[in-house]
Amino acid sequence: MITAERKPFEQIKAVTDQFENILVVGCNTCVAVCLTGGEKEAEQLASQLRLQRQKDGIGGSVETLTVLRQCENEYVDAIAAQVEGKDLILSTACSIGPQLCADRYPKVRVAPAMNTNMLGMVKQHHVWTEYCAACGDCGIFNTGGICPIARCAKTLLNGPCGGSQGGRCEISPDVPCVWQQIYDKLASFGIEGNLSRIGGPKNWAKSNSGGPRTMKKEGFEP
Amino acid sequence: MKSGSTLEQVLADGKFAVTAELGPPKGADPQVIIDKANILKGHTDAVNITDNQTAIARMSSMAAAKIVIEQGMEPIMQMTCRDRNRLAMQSDILGAAALGIRNLLCLTGDHQSFGNHPQALGVFDLDSVTLIRMVRDMRDGPQFQCGDEITFAPELFIGAAANPYADPFPFRAVRLAKKVDAGIDFCQTQIVYSVDKFEEFMRQCRELGVTERCKILAGVAPLKSAGMAKYMKNRVAGMDVPDEVVERMGAAEDSQDEGIDVCVEIINRVKEIDGVAGVHIMAVEWEAAVPEITKRAGLKPGSAE
Repeated sequence: MITAERKPFEQIKAVTDQFENILVVGCNTCVAVCLTGGEKEAEQLASQLRLQRQKDGIGGSVETLTVLRQCENEYVDAIAAQVEGKDLILSTACSIGPQLCADRYPKVRVAPAMNTNMLGMVKQHHVWTEYCAACGDCGIFNTGGICPIARCAKTLLNGPCGGSQGGRCEISPDVPCVWQQIYDKLASFGIEGNLSRIGGPKNWAKSNSGGPRTMKKEGFEP
Repeated sequence: MKSGSTLEQVLADGKFAVTAELGPPKGADPQVIIDKANILKGHTDAVNITDNQTAIARMSSMAAAKIVIEQGMEPIMQMTCRDRNRLAMQSDILGAAALGIRNLLCLTGDHQSFGNHPQALGVFDLDSVTLIRMVRDMRDGPQFQCGDEITFAPELFIGAAANPYADPFPFRAVRLAKKVDAGIDFCQTQIVYSVDKFEEFMRQCRELGVTERCKILAGVAPLKSAGMAKYMKNRVAGMDVPDEVVERMGAAEDSQDEGIDVCVEIINRVKEIDGVAGVHIMAVEWEAAVPEITKRAGLKPGSAE
């Protein structure tokens, strides 16, 4: 899923202090599952802001609501009545949410309450770890179902590099060496010899480096 | 001959090669390089010019290599994949060859989090292996990575690094073989302190036919103090410093002198290993140790014979 974590309250306050009537908009999809920007968290943020603004003597209102998916027009368009009269939409969705709000409500200022960080896997309760870099050219069949683009600090296609020791990456003992994992995985199938084949160079044109991407499903053209 | 490099000639003649390291300054003063070059001159066949080593911004390896050439010495220009994409790398490779640089060492590079610009974007468009293949194709094609023709080939002796002490150990010789397949002519290893493990690595290299297709220079480095020995053992990724070396450094009265002795003993041992074609002495910011090491080890640069 897409994971995002909330910005520090002070950073959010520095923006919201400039506005009078604020609508905090939560999203009940990815950020709700990662417990950072769903209905509950959006309401918490709104009440924290109300209390702080009362203390600071800032007038106006802080309302809140949550939509099912902030990345789709129909859900964002459905909140037009609540947006009416607001100066700021504060979104607790991933960065797609505030961008879509800015697009659908061009006269209202929009701010993100979140930092969107990765396409993550739920490693354990309340711990997510990056598994995909959305590079547009998946090659994990050759690497034992493990992605070195997202999970190797140097996006190597011919690892492990000389910094791999004891299964750990050179950048931190907390980071596993994904190429050690790839080696072990292939060895478990008796095919670690495949790693003597040269991998890459990567075609980055299929990634965001090739420019913003659009996906169209064949046969469903509007 | 592929490159007209002295190092290539020395190794082709079967002479034992000696290379050292010369780190460019954190400033624009060419005199720093000239001073270091003067210490190393006459004691080495070629000197490695590091490329923003440990991800710390310094004078470019190409510029420093050119200054070294002006001092009558031969540079081995290092190039990492961390700071440039394939376009920048290819233009630098052509530029380096045009400036008379004849040796290129292809590295992935330390991660930017180690250096003084941890907020920098790590490029890693290529890795060391795909960089090697690109340089080989530029020289022998001659063609760019995209397949377009190169009108005047860069004549380069292509090198890489190998770390016998990284994991998984059974893969280290295989990975070097991969670099040989990609196109290297020579390699320099990580610093050898544990000779036993290095011997096993070399045995695997011989078994894979690597030593027939690639000249291997064993990396060595003098320890300056017991503290440095401990630091290398515990803090530097991919290093293996045996306890006995740390203890010896701790017990020494003159630790610099002892460090040089340890280094010389390691040189004498690795020289005897089948397939070792030379040594690469990494006395970083201690260039003065190099003439002393070569003297005590009785090493003359192959090019001086």
